[in-house]
Amino acid sequence: MQDRPTVHELLESLGRFLDEEIVPATEGRRQFLARVAANVARLVDRELASEESQLDDEWRRLRAIPALAPDAAEPAGREALRAAIAGATADLARRIREGEVDADGPLRSAVLDHLRRTVRAKLVVSNPAWLAADEGTPATPGGAA
Amino acid sequence: MKPEFIAERLVPFLEAETGASVRLDGLRSMTGGATREAFRLDAVVERPGQAAETHPLVLLVFRPGGQRAFGAREEFRLLEALGRAGAPVPRPFAAGEEALGRPFYLMERVPGEAIGRRIVREERFAAAREVLPVQLARALAAIHRVPLEGGALDFLPGPAPGEPIAASEVDRLEQLYRAIAVEPHPVFEITLRWLRSNLPASAPGAAPALVHGDFRIGNVLVDEQGLRAVLDWELAHRGDPLEDLGWICVRSWRFGNDRRTLGGIADREALFSAYEEAVGHGVDRAALRFWEVYGNLRWGVFTLVQVRGFLEGIVPSIELASIGRRTAETEWELLQLIEGRAR
Repeated sequence: MQDRPTVHELLESLGRFLDEEIVPATEGRRQFLARVAANVARLVDRELASEESQLDDEWRRLRAIPALAPDAAEPAGREALRAAIAGATADLARRIREGEVDADGPLRSAVLDHLRRTVRAKLVVSNPAWLAADEGTPATPGGAA
Repeated sequence: MKPEFIAERLVPFLEAETGASVRLDGLRSMTGGATREAFRLDAVVERPGQAAETHPLVLLVFRPGGQRAFGAREEFRLLEALGRAGAPVPRPFAAGEEALGRPFYLMERVPGEAIGRRIVREERFAAAREVLPVQLARALAAIHRVPLEGGALDFLPGPAPGEPIAASEVDRLEQLYRAIAVEPHPVFEITLRWLRSNLPASAPGAAPALVHGDFRIGNVLVDEQGLRAVLDWELAHRGDPLEDLGWICVRSWRFGNDRRTLGGIADREALFSAYEEAVGHGVDRAALRFWEVYGNLRWGVFTLVQVRGFLEGIVPSIELASIGRRTAETEWELLQLIEGRAR
């Protein structure tokens, strides 16, 4: 275990430095890129805070989709979990492409629900404001779908 | 390309073009795009016994390589045709290649603001935002009326003769997506299925029109009175004119003003009804929805193209890196549109 500051405290400090020291001291393209960099620092902070629960949720949802349930053994460790999700997602993409999810019904509903929650989880990390415009409330990491 | 080099080479070129003595003032670099460098300059043309004329110009120098459908001379001819058709575009001034060792052209420098965030938010553009929907609709109608017969614009890419336009656009977008995606995107897959089962019915034998291809807030020059000029023609092609109306409504061009579905400035219906008036016939709302879905997917695929440049180490920029995390924005909007929840 590392000493304080925590990774959250470090990234917060990095974002604040970019926003308060670099953005006002630059202009034009460099200023724009400094804003982008500050956003990246906040994005990484949100990802670290929510990654574990997001991966668990995504895997659980994929396993629950009727007819698509990946039969792999429960992945051990985060890398194995990522690989299992990637494999199941590639399978889902192929099935959609082949028309298996075209018809209205429980499968299409389940797939659309899964995709909406998965995309939502990505936006909670990358751009919570994008969700707020549709949901009326600011999205928080780990918040329920 | 260094301004000193340009100044040295451009003066003799412009003197040959104008048959007069030419001096350059205020030459400096502007923010260019990925495919070309941009410079601003004033060309002072002096003829014996006459007052000097000053031409405020923009110089666009095309970068070597890069993916583009046509070059500087072609884009120059396109601006000429657009000007003749009454579309608000900068007047083209001269085109060349040998003088700078790369294809380039010069056009009139139109004053105005192009930065979308400012146009959408700043108080000084409040009156402009009132009139922009009608001005944008009229500009589009003029663009879409540009005659494509006669061979001068045959360089514009488009569907093969007789090929249905919408289906061929979806085919081309899918090919691009398959070629560049490094990960599966189930939302894009489900969107491709949706597009194929919702293709707008086009009149049999309907001829393609000139489509701008990147018509949005951010690619138009605006002043306090409204629209000044339509810029950024490198994605122009032959296609369905409604593609341009769908593209400007893509959520990513609203600059955070999400409830105003026309580029963050007004409701999309303000553009659609003004366009109907400008072209003199009604426009199918289902077809417009198709092109808005297509536009969101197209921008989503473009984010994949850009992040590929980062992932392969060609452009190691933090801007391109972070665009990789913007793909999800288009995925969200696509689900909203397909399931009928979008505004």
